[in-house]
Amino acid sequence: MIWRLWQILPLVCLCLLFVFVSSAQALTDSHTNSREELARQLSEKSWDKLEATITELSAKGDDESQKLLTLWLSGQLFIEKSTDRLVIGNRSGRMYLIADPITDEALGEVKKRSLKKIKINNRLRNAIRTALAIWDLKSEDPDKRLQAVKETSRNIQAETLAILKAMLKTESDEDVHSALTTAVALYHIQHGNDELKLQSLEILSESDDPIVRSALESIKTETKNKEILLGIDSALADMDRRQDYYSAIESVFFGLSLGSVLLLAAIGLAITFGVMGVINMAHGEMMMLGAYTTFIIQSAFPSLMEQSLFIAIPAAFVVAGTVGILIERLVIRHLYGRPLETLLATFGISLILQQAVRTIFSPLNQAVSTPEWLSGSWIINDALSLTWNRVYIIGFSLTVFLTLLFIMHYTRFGLNMRAVTQNRAMANSMGIPTHRVDAMTFGLGSGIAGVAGVALSQLTNVGPNLGQNYIIDSFMVVVFGGVGNLWGTLVAAMSLGVVNKLLEPWAGAVIAKILVLIFIILFIQKRPKGLFALKGRAVED
Amino acid sequence: MKSSLKKLSRGLIVASAATAALSFSVISQAADTIKVGVLHSLSGTMAISETTLKDTVLMMVDEQNKKGGLLGKKLEAVVVDPASDWPLFAEKARELLAKEKVDVIFGGWTSVSRKSVLPVVEELNGLMFYPVQYEGQESSKNVFYTGAAPNQQAIPAVDYLMSSEGGNVKRFVLAGTDYVYPRTTNKILDSYLKSKGVKESDIMINYTPFGHSDWQTIVSDIKKFGNAGKKTAVISTINGDANVPFYKELANQGIAAEDIPVIAFSVGEEELSGIDTAPLVGHLAAWNYFMSAESDINDEFIETWQTFTKNEERVANDPMEATYIGFNMWAKAVEKAGTTDVNGVRSAMYGITVPNLTGGIAVMNTNHHLTKPVLIGEIQDDGQFEIVWETKGGVIGDAWTQYLPESSKIVADWSAPIKCGNYNLESGVCSGQNY
Repeated sequence: MIWRLWQILPLVCLCLLFVFVSSAQALTDSHTNSREELARQLSEKSWDKLEATITELSAKGDDESQKLLTLWLSGQLFIEKSTDRLVIGNRSGRMYLIADPITDEALGEVKKRSLKKIKINNRLRNAIRTALAIWDLKSEDPDKRLQAVKETSRNIQAETLAILKAMLKTESDEDVHSALTTAVALYHIQHGNDELKLQSLEILSESDDPIVRSALESIKTETKNKEILLGIDSALADMDRRQDYYSAIESVFFGLSLGSVLLLAAIGLAITFGVMGVINMAHGEMMMLGAYTTFIIQSAFPSLMEQSLFIAIPAAFVVAGTVGILIERLVIRHLYGRPLETLLATFGISLILQQAVRTIFSPLNQAVSTPEWLSGSWIINDALSLTWNRVYIIGFSLTVFLTLLFIMHYTRFGLNMRAVTQNRAMANSMGIPTHRVDAMTFGLGSGIAGVAGVALSQLTNVGPNLGQNYIIDSFMVVVFGGVGNLWGTLVAAMSLGVVNKLLEPWAGAVIAKILVLIFIILFIQKRPKGLFALKGRAVED
Repeated sequence: MKSSLKKLSRGLIVASAATAALSFSVISQAADTIKVGVLHSLSGTMAISETTLKDTVLMMVDEQNKKGGLLGKKLEAVVVDPASDWPLFAEKARELLAKEKVDVIFGGWTSVSRKSVLPVVEELNGLMFYPVQYEGQESSKNVFYTGAAPNQQAIPAVDYLMSSEGGNVKRFVLAGTDYVYPRTTNKILDSYLKSKGVKESDIMINYTPFGHSDWQTIVSDIKKFGNAGKKTAVISTINGDANVPFYKELANQGIAAEDIPVIAFSVGEEELSGIDTAPLVGHLAAWNYFMSAESDINDEFIETWQTFTKNEERVANDPMEATYIGFNMWAKAVEKAGTTDVNGVRSAMYGITVPNLTGGIAVMNTNHHLTKPVLIGEIQDDGQFEIVWETKGGVIGDAWTQYLPESSKIVADWSAPIKCGNYNLESGVCSGQNY
C-alpha cells in the first residue's frame, strides 16, 4: 500500500501543480485577452463600431469600464503604437507621461508620435456622457445625481426608465426628485399612450428645461391627437411667457454688464478728458498695457493662476500710471491749450505703443487664462443663468467707480483736482501746484485704464489692437455723460449699455450700434454739454 | 560699384537704340536674382494673421535657395508692408511690380485687399498668388487662388453636419462678421441649405461688426434657437479677433459642442494659440489642411518651419499650406517654362501638380483654383485639431458657385479656346468682368 502511495504522490503533485498553473494561466490569459481585445476595438476607425464598444462597456457596468469611459471622454486614453496596449496619456511639455489605465502604474515618458489617441467625436461624447450618467445616478452627491438625471433625460431608454422609477421612490433630495419626475414624464410623453401623454403634459408645462421644450416641439410635429396638440400649445405658451420674463431680466443684465465694461473703459478718460481737457487718443493703449501686465504676471507665476488677477490689478495700475505720467511730463505738458496738437500727438503715441508691443511680444494675441471662479455661469433656474465673469465685472467696475468717487471727494488730492477742474487760474493763485496735479491726474486716469485692461483681458483678446476697439466707445460715453462728471459717466455707460442690448435682439448687433451712435449725435446737438453739464471752468470754455 | 560701371558701359554701347537699352536694362537686372514680392500686412489689424505668411514665404525662398535657386539664379524676397490699409495694398503692389520689378507676388489676406490689388496686377500684367480661403465669384488672369473656394470648405462642411456622422443637423445658425466674405458665403449656404430642403424658419442669419466682443445676446439667442426640438449647429464665418470672446461666451453660457456644435471657416491653429481651448473641445473647423495631418512631408514642413522661426511651439495653419503649395507650383512652373516671364509661367501653371501637406497631390486648374481635399477637424484641448472627416480625394475649386442663380451658368477657363474668367456657358459670351 505504502509503496503505491509513493509511486502516486509525485503524479498527484504534478497533476495539482498542472491544474493550478493552467488555471492561473487561463485567468491571466482571459484578462489580457479582454484588454487586448478592447484595445483592438478602440483602435477601430468606424464610428459605429466605436459606439458599439461604448454600449458594451456601459452594459458591463463595472468600475473599470466607468474609468475607461471617463478617460476616453476626457481624451486621455491612448494606444501605444509599439506595444498596442491601452495607456493613459498626460501631456507634460512636449512629452507624454503614460500610465496603466487600470492600475495607474506609471509606464514612463514617450513622444506624442508613439501614441495614438482613441478617436472621439461629438456623437461618441454624447453616448459616453449618457453612459456615464447611469453610474452617477447612484452617486452619494445630490448635485451629481441631479446632473445625471438631466443628462439621462436627453434620451431615455426603457432600461434607464426602470432605474429612474426606482430612484423616484427613495430619492430624498427635492431638486433631484423634481428632475426625476420631469424625466419620467419626458419618457411618457415620448413613448406612452395618449392618457399618459396628457398626464405628463401637466407636469412638463411647469418646467423651463430646454430639453423639455425641445421634446415638446418635436412631438408637436409628430402627434395627430387634437387634445395633446392643444395641451402642448398651451404648455409652450406658458413656457414662452416665463421665457419672455426671464429674457427681459437677462437683457437688462447683459445691458448692465456691457455698461460696466464701458464704464471701466471710459472712467479713466473721464478724468483725463474731464479734468484736464486733454483728448488722450492713447487711452486705449493704457488698457492694452494693463492687459499685457496680466499676461506677464500669469506667465511669471504660473502656479498662482487663481490669484493672478489680484496681483495684476495693482501691477497694471502702477505700470499704466507710470507710463501715463511719463507721457504727460514728456509730451502733453508742452501742448496744453492746443487740443488739436494734443490729439495728434497722443494718436502718435498710441501707434508707437502698439507697434512696440508688436515688436516685443509679437503681433499675435497672447493667451491669458481665466481663473476657475470666473468661468461658467450662476444658474438661477433652468431658464435663467448669469455668466460669472459678467457678474464679477459689474461688481468690479462699481468698486472702481466708488473708489474713484471717494478719492475725488474725500482726499486732499481729489480736492486739488476738483479745484483745478473748476478754475485753473484761481486754483493756481491759491497755491495749488497745478502742474503736479496735472501729472498726478493723468497718471491716475491712465492707471485706472490699466486696471480696466485687467478686466478686459478676461473678456476679449489680449493683443496689440485691444485698445483701439474701446477708444471710440470710451469717448462716446464721456461726451454723452458730460465732460468731467463721474456720475454722468456712470449713467451714460449704463444707459448706453442697456439701450444697446435692448436694441440688439431685434435690430442686430450692427444696426444697434449705428442707432446708438445716431442717437448720441442727435443728443449732443441738443445738449452739447452731455447729460450732466458741469458748472465752472467747463462753462467758461 | 564695379558691376554698375560695367552696366553703364554696356548701356553706353547699346545707347544708339533707346528701346533696346530699355529692354536690356530689365534683362540685366533680372539676371542677378529672381525677385519674389511679399505683400502681407506687418502692422495694423491684419498683422496678426499675415505676419505668419510673410515668414512662410521667406522660409520657402530660403529653402529654394538652399536647393540652388531657380534657373540657376538665387531668389530674393522683397518685403513691403501694406499696413492693413486697403488702398495701400494697391500702391504697394504697384511699387513691387513697377519699381522693384518682382517676378511674382505672394500676398493678401482679406478679400478687400485682394480686390484693391486686382486692377494693378492686371494692368501691369503681374502674377499674384492669393493663399486664403475666400468667397469665390472671381477669376483673374493674373491671380492664382490657392486657398479654398466655397465649394472646398463651406459646402462640404454643411454636408458633414447633415450626415449621420455630423449629427443629422436640421437647424442652422449662420453667424458671420459683417463684410464681403461672410455675406457671400452665407448667401451661397442659404441657397444650398434650401435646395437640401431646410426651411426658412430653420435658418438664422446673424452679422456682427469687426472685432465684436460682447456676444451675450447673440449666444443667448443661439441657445434659444437650438431649443426647438431639432439638432442645431452654428456655421461661423466670424473673422479674426471676434472669435475668442465668442467661444468664451459659448463656454460660459454652458453650450457644449455636443449640444450645439460650431463649425468655423476662419478659425485655425493660429487663432486658437491665443486661448485656452479646454472649453472648446469638440467644436469644429473646416479647412484643407490641419497641422495634425499625418504625413512625412507635413512632419518635415513643421520641422523646417519651427527651425526657421526658432520657436518649437510655433503652429502651422491652412493659409500656410496654401502658400507652400502656391510657391512650389510657381517654382515648378518657372522651371517648366524656363523663364519667369508672366505669360510663360501662367501657361506652365495649368495642370501642374505638387504634393500637398496632407499626403495628397494638389493640381492647378485652368480656372486658377486648386484641386484639394476638404478636412473637418475637431478642436482639442492642446489647441490642435483632430481630423474627424475628410472628402474622398480632392475637390476641384469652383471660381463661380453653382448654388447662386446669377452664377450657376458661369465658369472660368483661362486655357484655349475659352480664355475667359467669366464665361457664360448658356450664351457663350465672355463678359470680361472677372471680379
